[in-house]
Amino acid sequence: MEEKKLSPKEIVGKIGLPTIIIAAFLVFILALGHFMGLSVATLLSDTVKRAGMNGILVLAMLPSIQSGTGPNFALPIGVECGLFGIVCAIEFGFTGWGWFFMSILLSIILATAVGYFYGKLLNAVKGSEMTIATYAGFSITAFMCLLWLLIPFKSPNMGWFIGQGLRETIQLDVIGASMILNDFLGFSIGPNFYFPTGMILFFLLFCFLVGAFFKSKHGIAISAVGSSNSFSEASGLNINRNRILANILSTILGAIGIVVYSQSYGYAQLYNAPLTMAFAAVAAILIGGASAQRAKVSHVILGVFLFQGLLTSALPVANRVFAGTDLSEVMRMVIQNGIILYALTQVRKGGKG
Amino acid sequence: MSDNLLEFKNVSKSFYGNQVLKNINMTVKKGEVHALIGENGAGKSTLMNILFGMPAIHETGGFEGAVEIEGKETHIRSPHDAMLEGIGMVHQEFMLIPGFTIAENIKLNREITTKNVVSRVLGKRMEGLNYKQMNADAQKALKTLDMDIESYTQVAGLPVGHMQFIEIAREIDKSGIKILVFDEPTAVLADAEAQNLLRAIRRLADSGIGIIFISHRLEEIVSVADTVTVLRDGTHVATKPIQETSAVDIARMMIGRAVTLDREEAADRMVSDEVVLDIRDLHVNMPGEQVKGIELSVRKGEIMGIGGLAGQGKLGIANGIMGIYPSKGQVTFKGKELPLNNSRQVIREGVAFVSEDRKGVGLLLDESIELNICFTAMQNQDKFLKNYGIIKMRDAKEIRDHAKQMIADLDIRCTSSQQHTGSLSGGNQQKVCVARALTQKPDLLLVSEPTRGIDIGAKKLVLDLLKRLNQEMGMTIIMTSSELAELRTICDKIAIVCDGKVAGILNPTDSDEAFGLMMSGITDIEERREA
Repeated sequence: MEEKKLSPKEIVGKIGLPTIIIAAFLVFILALGHFMGLSVATLLSDTVKRAGMNGILVLAMLPSIQSGTGPNFALPIGVECGLFGIVCAIEFGFTGWGWFFMSILLSIILATAVGYFYGKLLNAVKGSEMTIATYAGFSITAFMCLLWLLIPFKSPNMGWFIGQGLRETIQLDVIGASMILNDFLGFSIGPNFYFPTGMILFFLLFCFLVGAFFKSKHGIAISAVGSSNSFSEASGLNINRNRILANILSTILGAIGIVVYSQSYGYAQLYNAPLTMAFAAVAAILIGGASAQRAKVSHVILGVFLFQGLLTSALPVANRVFAGTDLSEVMRMVIQNGIILYALTQVRKGGKG
Repeated sequence: MSDNLLEFKNVSKSFYGNQVLKNINMTVKKGEVHALIGENGAGKSTLMNILFGMPAIHETGGFEGAVEIEGKETHIRSPHDAMLEGIGMVHQEFMLIPGFTIAENIKLNREITTKNVVSRVLGKRMEGLNYKQMNADAQKALKTLDMDIESYTQVAGLPVGHMQFIEIAREIDKSGIKILVFDEPTAVLADAEAQNLLRAIRRLADSGIGIIFISHRLEEIVSVADTVTVLRDGTHVATKPIQETSAVDIARMMIGRAVTLDREEAADRMVSDEVVLDIRDLHVNMPGEQVKGIELSVRKGEIMGIGGLAGQGKLGIANGIMGIYPSKGQVTFKGKELPLNNSRQVIREGVAFVSEDRKGVGLLLDESIELNICFTAMQNQDKFLKNYGIIKMRDAKEIRDHAKQMIADLDIRCTSSQQHTGSLSGGNQQKVCVARALTQKPDLLLVSEPTRGIDIGAKKLVLDLLKRLNQEMGMTIIMTSSELAELRTICDKIAIVCDGKVAGILNPTDSDEAFGLMMSGITDIEERREA
């Protein structure tokens, strides 16, 4: 059973043609940027930073895909749990690392409870999980808008200057938490490249944990449920319970993901900000080579770097090429939604038994 | 003009080099009820598909031989052609629209229309329906069948017997109907309804229509048909006038195999008198394989066969015990009552299942052989796991070692234990399924259709394997199969299931007639033989 040499065709088959095309396009964009006089080092630095920021949010797609409920379009549910953890930790007066870990702890507790009920919801709507998930995400975002306005928090770091409720963006530098994870062991190479060591390590740690989980008894059971219901049932598995477990996990990862995201961004964004977060994460894992039914940790890592790389580099380059126009947001929407559209056309209808 | 309405001349058909029909000759005369009988897979459906010009035939290269209608060679290329030639089919499952009236269903797509203002402008599709004429036509068709029911009644809520008649009425309402095919028409009917139907068939034949009657109920055939043609394994066994034959005779022709059964008993078989599995009044709601009150006892160390025709419920038994389809009743295993509808508990009690649905239920096609083999034991018996306190991780080495052992023991042909099961051949997939069942170290092994879809060489290997497991490990095996010959090769006893119940239990050495009659639900074999 020695390793066989793979032919070029097999390599393409293994990585996936769309992934290779996107990767080639990214290289092309970077080269173009270089000739247009942009600093490639800056582009790469931004890419690494944004990949680290979004990494765990993309990782949140993995358990739900493996369990057969499709990419977690209800990521905003997890994100709102994380945001709630963040504002609670600020309200309780935590700062710096204390705030960071307290936010994560609180959001895990909340996400576990919310994820359980979300899983129950998905079990009630088998066959149309992705649509239901999308609207569950939208609904929770709207509901939380209401909550942010009514919540009687007193911390001056979060309130409006007049009136009640929380601000739309909450600055994290005032509590000493902006970039706190990024700067842990962070270092610069040259004037334009900064490596956010702490954040990347944190992301890789979670990749490792999730990867290990899917080699455990429960993880294998979830994967089996996702690939064949009838097989799993005949093997004595409780399908609904495994789906719930996977979605709790996904919600927790979404919650932790937003804490990491916010500290790197420097702000916690409330109200409508979480609304479309799921789409970028879904697009990233699909670019990485995952399908709506099967995903691996390698898809997450590859996908988040490719997708975020494309967004961060394509926009400045496009702005330089089409000078005078502001195509950046349009480009982002076209790329992101185009990728999701492509991936969803690949979904086999009705799933596998 | 000859009396022959329809004639098959030397019709042969192969699917991908696999010959399913060999030189079939069959003639249906005017006013004749011609019964067509054979076991599952004997070629009845293929022959009918040829008659109806189904796409399945033409997409796979057509057929050899000729079909003649009223003495003229006819090329039927599609079901529409068949309809134009006056060939109709009464479907086994009803194709009626519940919300429409009887007349609307009968006239569906052949509505009688009248012109109106709009249709003069926009064309024929806008013409109004002539309900009066349609109802009258429908009523006439119903009357031919001696049906006393108003044609404007809604179909929804009618008893199944009536629906069957509406199907027939629809066919005979078509002008120029010459040949009508009934495919297992009485399968879903109660006795009284079936009798009505048979009378109607007789009347239709008397009015000059040629009828092909497909059924496995031998008694019906004897009572209604004029002629019977028996197919077996794609060959034409015999065509006889019904007066010259009998149910016993037909049964023998249907089952009879030239091959002698090759049974060898090992000397040290350990079949004790202890009943290890006792099934009482088991009902299983498995679509297409309903079990309606099975009673069966299996002794320890025995290979029990379950046979019967498709759709009679034999497959439902194992699926019901395993909790895959909802079931009720009482199953006692090793002296303890087995919980129903609870796969996990049944597996833990030591029952393993090799499903007839290899690709759906039996395997994770996108996963490795080794995971497939170890999965059930891992999830239910905590084998192949390393315990790290809060989390149990898979033990990759133990899994691989075990899988390699199984691959060697069962001679699974693969490139490595990591190969995905989806890329294995049918026989090797079956061995992986058996390997997974064995990994559970079961006391009772349920095997359904173990040789379906695998080639002859592999069939023998799988059967030998089951025999070896039984002889060397004393494992009790219940094997369900549509292939009577293989049941008779390895089983100690064979329960024949008919209409969801055990019709009787036979020895493998019993006669062909006995099997044939019992499969069609006739149990008073001894009396018939003497008669």
